[in-house]
This record gives sequence, C-alpha cells and structure tokens, in this order.
Amino acid sequence: MGTVNHEVLLGLCLVIPAAGAALVGALHRRPNLREAATLVSAAALFCVVASLARPVFEGEQPALVLGEVMPGLAIALVLEPLGLLFALVASALWFVSAVYSIGYMRGNGEAHQTRFYACFALAIGGAMGVALAGNLLTMYLFYELLTFVTWPLVTHHGDEPAKLGGRTYLSLLLGTSMLFLLPAMAVTWRVAGTLDFTVGGILAGKIDGAAAAGLAALYAFGIGKAALMPVHRWLPAAMVAPTPVSALLHAVAVVKAGVFCVVKVVLYVFGMEFGAEPFAWLPWVAGFTILAASVVALRADNLKRRLAYSTVSQLSYVVMSAAILAPLSVVGAVLHIVAHALGKITLFFAAGAIYTAAHKTEVSQLDGLGRRMPWTFAAFGIGALSMIGLPPTVGSVSKWFIVSGALQAEHWAAISAIAASTLLNAAYFLPIVYRAFFREAAGPQHGEAPWPMVAALVFTAALTVAMFFCADLPLALARSLV
Amino acid sequence: MVGHLAMLQVVLPLVAAPLIVLVRNARFAWLAATVVSYTCLAIALRLASHVAEAGTLSYAIGSWAAPWGIEYRVDPLSAFLLVLVSLTAALVAPYAWRSIAAEVPADRQYLAYAMYCLCLAGLLGMVATGDAFNLFVFIEISALSTYVLIALGPRRKALVAAYQYMLMGTVGATFYVIGVGLLYLMTGTLNLADMALRLRDAQDLRPVYAALAFITVGIGLKLALFPLHQWLPDAYAEAPSMVTAFLAATATKVSVYVLLRFYYSVFDPDALFGRLPTGAVFIGLSVAATLVASYVAVHERDAKRLFAWSSVAQIGYITLGIGIDNTSGLTASLAHLLNHGITKGAIFVLLGGVALRYGAGTLTVDGLAGLAKRMPLTAFGLVIAGLSLIGIPGTAGFVTKWMLIQGALERGMWWVVAAILASSLIAAVYVWRVVESAYLKPAPAGESRAEAPAGMLAAGMALAVLCVYFGFDTSFSVGGAREAAEFLLRGSR
Repeated sequence: MGTVNHEVLLGLCLVIPAAGAALVGALHRRPNLREAATLVSAAALFCVVASLARPVFEGEQPALVLGEVMPGLAIALVLEPLGLLFALVASALWFVSAVYSIGYMRGNGEAHQTRFYACFALAIGGAMGVALAGNLLTMYLFYELLTFVTWPLVTHHGDEPAKLGGRTYLSLLLGTSMLFLLPAMAVTWRVAGTLDFTVGGILAGKIDGAAAAGLAALYAFGIGKAALMPVHRWLPAAMVAPTPVSALLHAVAVVKAGVFCVVKVVLYVFGMEFGAEPFAWLPWVAGFTILAASVVALRADNLKRRLAYSTVSQLSYVVMSAAILAPLSVVGAVLHIVAHALGKITLFFAAGAIYTAAHKTEVSQLDGLGRRMPWTFAAFGIGALSMIGLPPTVGSVSKWFIVSGALQAEHWAAISAIAASTLLNAAYFLPIVYRAFFREAAGPQHGEAPWPMVAALVFTAALTVAMFFCADLPLALARSLV
Repeated sequence: MVGHLAMLQVVLPLVAAPLIVLVRNARFAWLAATVVSYTCLAIALRLASHVAEAGTLSYAIGSWAAPWGIEYRVDPLSAFLLVLVSLTAALVAPYAWRSIAAEVPADRQYLAYAMYCLCLAGLLGMVATGDAFNLFVFIEISALSTYVLIALGPRRKALVAAYQYMLMGTVGATFYVIGVGLLYLMTGTLNLADMALRLRDAQDLRPVYAALAFITVGIGLKLALFPLHQWLPDAYAEAPSMVTAFLAATATKVSVYVLLRFYYSVFDPDALFGRLPTGAVFIGLSVAATLVASYVAVHERDAKRLFAWSSVAQIGYITLGIGIDNTSGLTASLAHLLNHGITKGAIFVLLGGVALRYGAGTLTVDGLAGLAKRMPLTAFGLVIAGLSLIGIPGTAGFVTKWMLIQGALERGMWWVVAAILASSLIAAVYVWRVVESAYLKPAPAGESRAEAPAGMLAAGMALAVLCVYFGFDTSFSVGGAREAAEFLLRGSR
C-alpha cells in the first residue's frame, strides 16, 4: 500500500507542473485565476515533494517505471537523497518566484503572460524530471525538454537581441548535449549494458585509463547546463529573458539541473569507488572557470551580466568539489547546490526589483538606491555575503565543506582557486552594496518595488540566513550520499 | 484463406483505379481511394500478425507453383513494409479531399485519385511479390502514376519536375531490368527464392557482379541514394501536398526494401559485405548524404524544398544502417523507414494545410512568419515533427539515431558516430530556422487566424502524435524492424 502511494506521488511530481501549464493556458482570459493556478500548482508540488522526504530519510527509494523504450532502456523515476534535495529546492523556490513574477510581470506590463506562466510551469516539470530521473536516458530526456521549454522564456521579448540570445542559448545547450552527452551515454550503454543510476556506479572495472578520462570529459562538457568554460556562453546570453526567468531558471532550475547531472554522473555512473582518476583534470578546468568568470564579472557593468558570470563561477565550485571526490567535498558540492540557489535567487530578485522600481540595469547607476529601497538592498547584501561565503549565511557552510574536502584530498590548486575567488567575489559584490548605501542618489524619487516582489526577496534572504543556523536537512541528505 | 489476402491488397487498388476513371466523379473517387486505403491497412495488419505467428507466407497466383508461376511472398520484412505503406495511405487519404480540391483543377481531380490508387497498388505489389519481373512491372506502375501525380502540382514548374523524375526514374527502372536480365541469363529463373538457390554456385561470376552493379545503381536512383538524388527536391517541392506527403513516406522506402530484398535474399550477403566493398561504399555515400544534403537544407528558402533536402539526408541514415551491416545498424535502418515516414509525412501534411489557407506561395521560410499566431496547432505539430527530425529524445527520430550510433560503435566506427551527431546538429539548424520564423517573426498584417480544415489538421496531428508515440513505445517500430533485420541476417535465402 505504502509503495503504491509513493508511486502515485512520484507521478504527481510530473503531472502537477504539466496540469498547471494546461490550466494556465485554459485561463488565458482570466489573469487573476491564471496566477492563482500557478500558485496552487506550485504549492501542491512542494507539498507532494515534501511528503516524499520521509520515506527517503528512512532509506527507501520510491521508484516508478513509466515505460520501456527499448529492452533495458526504460523511462523510470527513482527518488534518492540528492534528487530529493534538488526537487525540494526547485519546487519551494517555484512558489516564491511565482509570487515574485506576479509583481514583476504586472509591474512592467509584460506581454504574452500566459505563455510565460505556462512555459515556466513546464520548465519546472522538466527540472522535476531531471531530479527524479532513475537512469541516464530519463535524465537526458528531461534535460533536453528543459532546454526547449525555456527557449520561449529566453526569447520572451521577441526582438532582435532576444532572438540572438535564444540562438546562442539553444545552439550551445543543444550542441553540447548532442555532440558530447549523447555519445557519452551511447558508450556507457555499450560498455556497461545499463544506464541505471546505481550506488557505486556502473562503470567500475569496465573502462579505465585514458578512455575513462575521455568519457568523463564527454559528460562534463556534454552537460552544458553546468556552464563549464568554454561552453558557458549560453548563460550570459539567456539574460535577455525577463528577470524572474533569470532568477528561477538561470540561477536555480536550469543551472542546478546541470551541476546536479554532473554530481549524479560522478556518484552513480562512475561511482565513489571508481576514484577521482578520470576526473583528475576537471578541478583544473573548473578552477580556471571560477577565476576567469569572476574576472569577467568584476569588469561587467550590467548587473544581470555580473550576476550571470558570478553564477558561472559558483557552478564550477560544485563541479570542482564533485570532481575532487573526497567525502567532505561531495557534501560540500551538494550543499552548495542549495546555498547558491538561495543566495543567487535573492540577488536576481533584487536586480528585478531595482529594474521595476527604478528602471536601472547598470551597476554604475545604483548610487544611493539603498536608502530608497532598504529592504531590497539589505536582501542583496545578504545574498552577496552568501556568494562570498561569509557568515551568517548558508554560503559559508557549503564553502566550509568544500574547503575541508579539498584539504582532505590535499588539492592545493583547488584551495588557492577558492581563496582567490573569495577575494574576487568580495571585490565585485561589496562595491555595489557600498554604492547603494553610501553614495548620493540622483534622478526622480521612488520607493520599493511592488510588495509581492519585496516579500519574495526578503523571504529568500531570510532563508539564506536561517539555513546558516539550521542546515540539518540538506546536510543529512548530503551525508547519506557518502 | 490468408494467402488470398496477399494478392487481394494489390488487386483492390488496381481495380479501384479504372473504376474511378469510369465514374468520373471526384467525391466517389475520394471515397473509393479512402476505403481502399483502409481496407489495405486492415489486410496488412492481418498479414503481419499471421507472419508473426506462422512465419513466411507464400501464395502461388492461379495455383501455378513457383518457379513457373508468380509467387507472392510475405515475410517479416515485407509485412513490416506493407503496414508502413498502407498506414501512410490510410492517414493521407482522408486529408486528400481538401488538399486535392484546393490544388488540382476540378476536371482532373478524379484522375489524381485514380493515379493515387495505381501508385498504392504498385508500391504494395513491389513489396508483396516474390518474382523479379513482376517486381519490375510494379516499379513501373508506381513510377508512371507518380509522374502523373507530380505533374498535377499547382505550379507550372511541376511539369519540369515530373519530366526530370521521369528521365531519372526510367534510367533507374531500365538499369534494374538489365540487372534482372543478367541474373536470368545466369540462373534461368525469375523467382527470387529460386534465383537465390541457383546463384549459390555462381556467386562470384562476372555477370552476377554486373547484375549487382546495375540493380544497385538502378534502385539507388529510385531511393535517391546520394549522389543519385537530384530528382527528389524538385519532385517533392512541386507535387500537390498530399502527394508529397504520401511519396515522402512511402516511395523511397519501398525502393530501400527492394534493395534489401536483393542484397539479403538473392545475393550472398557474406560475399557482398565481405569480399566486395559494398559496406564501405554505402557508408561513404550515406555520410556524404547526411552532411551535404543537411547543409543544403540550411540554405534553402523554400520550405518544401528544405524538407525535401532533409529527406535526402534522412535517407542517408537509412542507407548508413545498411552499410554498417550488423543487427543494430540494419534494425535502425528498417525502423527509420517507419520513423522517418511518419515524421516527414506529418511535416508535409501540415505544410499542405498552410498552403491551403494562405496559398502555396507562403511555403517559404520567411512566408511562414508568425505561423504560431495564425495556426497555433499546425505550428506546434511542425515543432514536434521537427524535433523528431533532429532526433530529440522522446521522439521517433531519437530511437533510430540511438540504434544507429550503437551499430556504429559495435563496429568501432567513431568517425561515423561523429558524422551522425554532426548531421543531426545541422538538422537542428534548419528545423530551427522554420521554428524561429513561425514563432518569433511577426505575422504579415491583415492575416487572420485560421487553422487548417479539421480533416487535414487531424491527419497532420495524428502523424505528429505518432512521432512522439514511437519515441516511447517502440515495440512495433523497433520490434518489427529487429525481427525483420534478424530474419535478413539469419539468411533469408
């Protein structure tokens, strides 16, 4: 009886976003009801995911087979601790950003709102599919779906920059997944005879040496959503989208799907026992990405662009610690998925609020705005602290584990990269806060953005702080992986 | 009793055609064509289930036993093809009514249906027959009716396209018949099974190799094997849309069948792929097809020509599977006959709907601007079918690509894998040119929102749904293809 219920709940994780999208489409002419449909679906999804937490904590792995494409190749959902964590983060933040979107989309008088909310729901459905995927094929299916349903969101404005951004977005994400991820899967299937995510991996003893490193490279660059340099360009390109899209999808759902897939491949395809050997080169590439992206962020005047490159850099923290593969660094990688999600969504929410209230997009225009929008900039400050990795924010917890893991593995290059990046992070975030609070404002007077936006960003900022004091839940899930 | 069905499904459309000409009424003609198509589908399904249970079915016409009489032979491979052809016919026929009415002058409409029935009879006959000369007759029946169908196209250029195809098609059929003549010279029989038996001792003689070359080039022309594909883009672009949809899904596919029939059931595949460089030739030409034709499609303005070039590339996938020559490769090849058939069928049916509403002149990449606003369902159907062309997971196209990559990996042909992936990336570019135009460009001013007529839309969407269905449930597509592939590789001689 119990297991049957779990199957239904797993299925609901995909059905609710799809039904939400359909409902949004059906309520095209009734904007208030339409937004209510989004909120209700988001709340329902979070409740369903949360109700699946208990069995996972008790060591169960609820599973649901949706169908078999070819013998041995099934579309299957399996909920394990890592996936639960990602699903919890994505579904909780969907609700928050749905509240935020209502303020943003109406405050800025955006067009095509029905398409926006429908695609948003579908994108969350795609992220859920990635989170719950029980094998590589299922993961790949939803990974590609996520690319396609976010394309209308990236090109939302339909003008020339949007079209160009959409092309970069699609060609890089699709190009990497088709040229690298697909052959990586094909080789895995050929070598291992299965694509199922298995604790301990499926490749042990079946491939080694240069071949294993090559396969690891196909995976690392094939999962373009993890934004490892040089396949990171899609992320800044995606910033042409409305800010709620950048906030939830390009700080949480899409990019986290990327690093999540990398961690999944490291843990469940190669496996801890396989050793860090095939990934020995990866911390170097990730370390380079961390530093190079930070330098670009330092020089970017456009706020969203700066945030985007900061995301590229932070994503590589996760990839790097996953590749180091020391027990503590794996915990750090998993925690950082949560920590960065909370911090970065706060920062993007703030950027959107600034745009809505003051119509400012560049860092150099932010002088004195902190006194006019105290809540927004206080939240921005907290998000920035979390990015730098200072207490009392959750970013400091994950960074602690990442550094401890690197120490455990005695990976000095990684430690230096993290240290340098911390300084760079401080250098490109703190001046913004300084400007906002300690310089004189110019231009017409204005106040905070509409209240749903402020409420959303204050909530995520509060969560960023709260998780510093009480990170038990993600920590327990992360520890159960190693 | 079941044996008669093998004959009946060829005779039905063959008899329907003169009947249509006698009655001379378009509505009756459409009704007859539709009924015949569905009956053929029912027969094909019955035959397929019979073959799956009881094995190969042999039927001697007029009870004249082979090799003296003509034998009809339905084995797992031909059963698979019969279902493919009649399924396409059944999906296209109901939609033909509005399409033909819009694109063909009223006094010639009944002729279009008569030719359609003849073409169907020819295609089904090519698959069902076990006799080399009978096969030639059916090739000509289907080819001649196809020339007429293409010439019925709305633009004057259709006549040129039909003429071009006729020249190339005639050369192809002639080469085929020369090849058969040589084989007859060596074996003294026209029955395929009998021929195979007698060729066992004569496999390595020069006339047999000459026959092989003639048949390969002749049928290669018919199936648009690169670089013998020149007739295809014009023919597809100029024919009436329902004809394009029907031909794209069936004509080249049946020619592939004929080639496989000769390669595996008449000649000795061990000699063909072992001692002769057949595999290498096929792989080389197919890779060139997938890359070059896709590249041409990227630069094509006319939407129908764009997808016609894409067909040349996709036929490259099919022949690539033949060249790889293992179970996975051959299965991919056969499954792609079906998968590509429904995908391209969907695209051409939906484009037919657009032509009907806004005129054939709008079938350019730029002319489709704002289609998502004007015909949201049609545009969405095009996206789904387009994803299947690219080979995105969850669509029929992905399944084939996966099998093909596995086949190449089994042979250790890394560069072939790279070529497959590169060509699907190029496919993404040309498909997305259409999608971007449909979704991001503003619709021309004054165009109102109007979906295609219900029947046409239903046919197109049904095919698009099939693209997704065969991406998840492959028990028929890959299952049937694998059975046929194993049957061929086991030695069907």
